[in-house]
Amino acid sequence: MSESQHDLINGWELVVGLEVHVELATATKLFSASANRFGDAPNTHIDPVTLGLPGALPVLNRQAVELAMRIGAALNCTIQPCTFHRKNYFYPDMPKAYQISQYDQPLNIDGHLDLPDGTRIGVERAHLEEDTGKSTHMGGTGGRIHGSDYSLIDFNRAGVPLVEIVSRPDIRTAEQARQYVTELRAVLLAVEASDAKMEEGSMRVDANVSVHRPGTPFGTRCEIKNVNSVRSLGRAIEYEARRQIDLLETGDTIRQETRHWDENDGRTHTLRSKEDADDYRYFLEPDLVPLVPSPEWIAAVEAALPLLPGARRARLASAAGVVAHSEAVMSVVERGQDDYVLAVAAAGGDIGRALVHVKEAFADEPATPRVPPADLAALTTLEVSGALTATQAKAVLAEIVANGGGDPAAIAAAKGFEAMDTGALEAMVDQAIADQPDAWAKFCAGEGKAMGALVGAVMKLSQGKADGKLVTALLNAKKG
Amino acid sequence: MPERITPTDVAKVARLARLELTPAQLERAAGQLDGMLAHFADMDALDLSDVQPMTQPYPLQNVFRDDVVVEGLDRDEVLAAAPVAEDHRFRVPPIVGLD
Amino acid sequence: MSSHAELPRTAVGIAAAVRAGEVRAVDVLEAHLAEIDRREHQVHAFNLVVAEQARQAAARVDAEVAAGRDPGPLAGVPVALKDNMCTRGVPTTCSSKILEGWKPPYDATVVAKLAAAGAVAVGKTNLDEFAMGSSTENSAFGPTRNPHDLGRVPGGSSGGSAAAVAAGFAAVSLGSDTGGSIRQPAALCGVVGVKPTYGYVSRYGLIAFASSLDQIGPFSHDVRDAALLLDVIGGHDPMDSTSIPLAHPSLVDVLDRGVEGLRVGRIVDLPEGADPDVQERLEAAFDALRAAGAAIVDVEVPAFGYALTAYYLIAPAEASSNLARFDGVRFGMRVDAADTNAMYMATRSAGFGEEVQRRIMLGTYALSAGYYDACYGRALKVRRLIHDDFERAYRHADVLLTPASPSVAFPFGAKGDNPLAMYLCDLYTIPTNLAGHPAMSVPFGTGADGLPVGVQVLAGTLGEVAMFRAGAALERAMDAARGVSA
Ligand SMILES: [Mg+2]
Ligand SMILES: [Zn+2]
Repeated sequence: MSESQHDLINGWELVVGLEVHVELATATKLFSASANRFGDAPNTHIDPVTLGLPGALPVLNRQAVELAMRIGAALNCTIQPCTFHRKNYFYPDMPKAYQISQYDQPLNIDGHLDLPDGTRIGVERAHLEEDTGKSTHMGGTGGRIHGSDYSLIDFNRAGVPLVEIVSRPDIRTAEQARQYVTELRAVLLAVEASDAKMEEGSMRVDANVSVHRPGTPFGTRCEIKNVNSVRSLGRAIEYEARRQIDLLETGDTIRQETRHWDENDGRTHTLRSKEDADDYRYFLEPDLVPLVPSPEWIAAVEAALPLLPGARRARLASAAGVVAHSEAVMSVVERGQDDYVLAVAAAGGDIGRALVHVKEAFADEPATPRVPPADLAALTTLEVSGALTATQAKAVLAEIVANGGGDPAAIAAAKGFEAMDTGALEAMVDQAIADQPDAWAKFCAGEGKAMGALVGAVMKLSQGKADGKLVTALLNAKKG
Repeated sequence: MPERITPTDVAKVARLARLELTPAQLERAAGQLDGMLAHFADMDALDLSDVQPMTQPYPLQNVFRDDVVVEGLDRDEVLAAAPVAEDHRFRVPPIVGLD
Repeated sequence: MSSHAELPRTAVGIAAAVRAGEVRAVDVLEAHLAEIDRREHQVHAFNLVVAEQARQAAARVDAEVAAGRDPGPLAGVPVALKDNMCTRGVPTTCSSKILEGWKPPYDATVVAKLAAAGAVAVGKTNLDEFAMGSSTENSAFGPTRNPHDLGRVPGGSSGGSAAAVAAGFAAVSLGSDTGGSIRQPAALCGVVGVKPTYGYVSRYGLIAFASSLDQIGPFSHDVRDAALLLDVIGGHDPMDSTSIPLAHPSLVDVLDRGVEGLRVGRIVDLPEGADPDVQERLEAAFDALRAAGAAIVDVEVPAFGYALTAYYLIAPAEASSNLARFDGVRFGMRVDAADTNAMYMATRSAGFGEEVQRRIMLGTYALSAGYYDACYGRALKVRRLIHDDFERAYRHADVLLTPASPSVAFPFGAKGDNPLAMYLCDLYTIPTNLAGHPAMSVPFGTGADGLPVGVQVLAGTLGEVAMFRAGAALERAMDAARGVSA
């Protein structure tokens, strides 16, 4: 992360907690059997429960619980017996005028997520709840709620299972917030709990932002909503921190409120003041019974977890002798090609070179590239032995990747990349010196740029097969 | 039990419940609710300190559905019963002061 | 019921005759429709009579029999449904303007089970709006009158279902009981009414009043019909998470077991409040069961008297949330306004009656910040005390007897303007709902002005077998006294 963000902003420290809602990848809704599918014609996935029709009753989806437990396990949470509550409030896209959520006894509590640089962000809870329908605001100015003439409601999304993941206020910079969301998304994808697409709304991030002087109590926080990408999350937090600092420095106070991020003007706007604090009248949902995951069920979920991104990065980094948040490790693990790099090493290849090659040349390859690990291993071996220059290796690799494999030695030979022996190279160096006596004189006089002419001449004589580093070494040796 | 319930309390509650009462109705409701709460104060005599709240008449736990899609309701039948529908969706007046 | 005196009167009798091909379902139905024509304009038991649909259903039953197939245990039995049970394509109103004309797109589980058993639904019966009341005076569509005395209430909230059976408009009916809404009107109309153990009958498709208290149950001419109906509508339903996942024993099979050795409890600390005529019938009931071989034992239920308080905080709290969905967005009535919030207010204020609005406010108050602990929270603890007191009592007794209603049917307007006076009608029935236990009201003679009195038989969780044995014994005693051969 950039240094400037580490620094306090004129002595003010930023404090951020994130509430992330993710839609679970189930076939049906949380409490009814309609399809959980995005992007279909409006009101085609509805049933009495989804619409909150009189007489309808909820029945809990076992798979939603399974996925929520997976998220809890992946976030190092304690998975505990829990209950469902009604959160009562009126809104046209909330069919029953209450949301079935979890309140004082959530499914997952007290976990954490480690950022790539090792920073640990606490996870307070990750609870199950149902999603709302979707309102489209008609008339007025461009789909905005304010000034709209009326709204149309589609309940396909209503009742879709959500897990709300609430972080502790451990985030101190906008960059950390971005990294938290990026890492969380990678974890959700790894455990196949959600497709976590911010642009499609299957992952939604709200930020609780406040500022304070270090060592003093936290400041009044504002909740920032409508942040639709990791990038705008950073922008929104930076803007909001600025806004709060400006207020405080002009002797003003912060009102606890919900604010709306506007992508267009790059500012946050008051949505709803919390002065008339919402009175949700939470009470235990009498139409549902307690959820008590058995120790066996919890153990099975934990046992079935795949190796998570953090662990994969650590594994690759230590094998390659680099740091876990190095660019190569990050991008290779993000692509899921870390197993491949390890396979190349296992096939006798040089893991350092393999890591760089995969990062550079395999961006468009699948998690398991078509190139047999043995081929890439052979290539790195030729490099180590000096039989191929870095430049030559790149060219050979490009062809191997293009063909989905191939014998690097053969390709090198076909390209005429046979390594030239030092004797022949020395002869060419002498030839170049003889051809350009004045350049040689200047070089010996310490004029560095004169070397370029000599090296260039050797390259011409060798039709580019000479190893630049070697030529330089010879020239320096001859200069004495 | 809280002491007295005033028309102001009732107005706040009515607002939460999205009910619109005339001042006369508020007065009347306050009087009636106050009378009830006075009667309900009988339970204040009980020592409930170590009594667990009862929320389930018949204790069950872990009641689940399998994650299998079942054909839902017919959209046209449902929208035909809606107060106002448009473009296969439910139409409502502008949503302001709510969000 | 002169017009069909020759036809069997009970569900058991009708189903047997129809299944045997001795009587046609259509004739049974027409006889009941004739009674409706004759007296419904006075009684107003129904919000809606579906004569044509009923005729078609009855014809299908007869066709089944003609084809040599068995239409089921309720073959051709005319049944009336309380108008808070969803019937696909048939208006379901809860006797509220806010749902007037609403046609549910689905059937309640009990409705589907009745149809599958060959029953013939004749109509939707009147109730206190959203089942909130004890007289059926709080119906947006006018009160139901007691067939025994048209100047008096039938009780409530299931007054229409009780009156429909008492008047012979249907052989049996279904009601819902949240605090006595089946047992009290059964007592006032002189019919049998049963509130089963919570979770015995599915609530799917029952428009909720108070989810942790509501149960559906039968009204019938006799105990055997009630048992038959419960055998049909009872049992586990995967659509109701609170439905008990057990197979229930047939209740019809236990009716003739008698009460030899059954322990019948008298609650010594039962709150005062029953009229002398009612009290006298209760004593007669104890005597009858003792005479039939039961042992009468004294039990205590100290928290009984606090039930009214707990109930009138818990039930409205749940109702305030259950009734929030009536917002004019997806179904039912809407009063339009400039914005959604104003539309909510206008719709709900115009759509709900005064008692419903009062209970929504009471419940909202009980749950709101600052009052939850003192109101709702404490009420839940009192509920636990009541439950535990009963459980303790049932270690010494198999069933308990109390009055079902403190008084016989009262005149319209008798409870005046004081909600509490009306609430006291459920003094003896409410504790059962809080405990989640079963209870039934069995007609046991008459009191003041020759009006019916019901005795309430209470039992512990899933104590239906003992309860029906006692109920059947009381009925036999009455039949014997009346010289009717049981
Ligand atoms: Mg939240
Ligand atoms: Zn949430």
